[in-house]
Amino acid sequence: MGAQQRELESRSFGSQIWYFLRRWPLIPLVLMTILLFTGIFAPFVSPADPVEQSLGFRNFPPTWGKAMPEYNVVPNPADYDLETTKGKSAYSRAKKNSFPRSKFVLGADNLGRDVLSRIVFGARISLQVTAWALTSGIIIGTGLGLIAGYFGGWTDEVLMRIVDVWLALPFILIALVIAQQFLHEGGAALGVVIFIIALVAWTPFVRQVRADVLTIRGQEYVMAAKIAGASHLRLIIRHIMPGTLSTILVVATLRVGQLILTESTLSFLGAGIPDPIPAWGKSVSDGRQFIEEAWWISFWPGFAIFLVVMSLNFFGDWLRDRLDPRLRQLD
Amino acid sequence: MRRFIIRRFAFSLVSIVVATFAVFMLSRAAGDPLLLYANSGYGLTAEGEEALRKRLALDRAVPVQYALWLGRTLKGDMGETILDRKPVSRIVTQRLPSTIHLGATAFFLSFLVGIPLGILSAVKRGTIWDYIGRFLALLGQAVPSFWLGLVLILLFAVHWQIFPAALRGDGIWDVKHLVLPTITLAAGGFAFYMRITRTAMLEVLDSEYVRLARAKGVSNNGVIWKHAFKNALIQPLTGMTLGLTFFLTGSVLVETIFAWPGMGNMAITAVNNNDFPLLQGAVFFFTILFVGMTFITDLLYAYIDPRIRYD
Repeated sequence: MGAQQRELESRSFGSQIWYFLRRWPLIPLVLMTILLFTGIFAPFVSPADPVEQSLGFRNFPPTWGKAMPEYNVVPNPADYDLETTKGKSAYSRAKKNSFPRSKFVLGADNLGRDVLSRIVFGARISLQVTAWALTSGIIIGTGLGLIAGYFGGWTDEVLMRIVDVWLALPFILIALVIAQQFLHEGGAALGVVIFIIALVAWTPFVRQVRADVLTIRGQEYVMAAKIAGASHLRLIIRHIMPGTLSTILVVATLRVGQLILTESTLSFLGAGIPDPIPAWGKSVSDGRQFIEEAWWISFWPGFAIFLVVMSLNFFGDWLRDRLDPRLRQLD
Repeated sequence: MRRFIIRRFAFSLVSIVVATFAVFMLSRAAGDPLLLYANSGYGLTAEGEEALRKRLALDRAVPVQYALWLGRTLKGDMGETILDRKPVSRIVTQRLPSTIHLGATAFFLSFLVGIPLGILSAVKRGTIWDYIGRFLALLGQAVPSFWLGLVLILLFAVHWQIFPAALRGDGIWDVKHLVLPTITLAAGGFAFYMRITRTAMLEVLDSEYVRLARAKGVSNNGVIWKHAFKNALIQPLTGMTLGLTFFLTGSVLVETIFAWPGMGNMAITAVNNNDFPLLQGAVFFFTILFVGMTFITDLLYAYIDPRIRYD
């Protein structure tokens, strides 16, 4: 530590910050925390109802939080006779109908729905889909990777060829066809979308875990356990799998971003989440035909995808360099 | 070597069969295909329906239908589209050049920008060039292509009106129409090539023979271009296969956004109309393109890098 510490202290404040930012993935961590937080607490964070339509505010431009004089008619309590019930209710009605400052910060879409709220709830959907798809991908991929690497021989050969064929499939078309079978109201059901994303989630785990197992299998402690009479299952679960955990973690982190991209791509093409539910990709596609008069409908949800995927990739790279630099071959 | 080639070739054939079979089964699961014909306004009678069913072999088991389809396709007859009864093979041959045009341009752009930038980034590691290069790669990797396409349309077609927002124009030298779709499609591929070139170059620069060359007193440029460059190129050249997935999946999206009259655009229409002969044709050609390129890169790999094991 000593030398590094001294070097750090001798630097100027600016370069210390730069050093810190280079060393720790601070910005991606902040963005990912925001994503997780808004995803989990979407109903409390979101400024408005994501599906509520106010047709008077179709394609309403972003207000950036400032009051819009022509809409912002906050009632003055002095104008109302608050002593009487009638006056009281008139005042509360006026207050309710007035244009709240927090509304349409990023604009409204073609049905007058708040773009920001739709992004907030979209985070939730994205998290839900990728969490399920990734979990099943990890379980299936790791399982097959362990089996392929441990048993070797023709089991290995068959499994790896299956992965190869799988990767050669024109996935996006197959996904669209599957979604088409379960289509309702401009999208597939949530479960179907999760299933489709899970179909692509598992392959990298098989390859990387298998590669790990091939080296671990020959280690002395595994041999010793084998000689001591451990069963196949025990050898795999107790002795080999723990050695693959860091690989799984790194691959999973690098995979999340890609899965979010895949999910948004499918929902952009109309094969994703069904209609009233706000999904980022679908919001982008909703705004396509209004791109000339209302760019904000498409721009902000796409920007959200971009930021999230970028920070996940960045974080994944950092984690990989920390835990398992060998995996650099991966990209 | 010969055994290796035969094995890879057999494997490519299996991939094509599996992909087309999967799509065949899936699109048949949608329900009776005959209803699609009837819905398009042919006013079928009961006898006519029977005859049509016989003619299209829809009375046979689905795997048999698949075998019939495959047999006919290999002879060059891919059936007719449901929507307007045009021969699928003619539509595909009309559309294929557009897709190859866009895909090849984007591929060369990303290759020609990605590789030099990757080398620059590795050679000047830790400098501002490295950071710019890596930042661009990070952007290219994370940006959803459908969004990038829209942003480019917004800026260059709507706001500044420099480039058209859609369609192909005529001939391959109509560059104006090509610019925006190419950039959109190339972004992901560029990031990919830049990253693998950088990683490969860093690895080579760290290797023993480069250190020996330096110790011998070879100049910095000599080390980079004579000793490191060629070996660092193996990775990106052979990694082309993986990059190709970007261009194939990408073409579906980019062609949809820019109304580019190619295969991807056609495939989306086919899916939406449940026009299964057309969809089947699209999947067939996409898989052939992808598997064929994989096969070529495998051979290239074996040829360039003698260390490869032929198994």
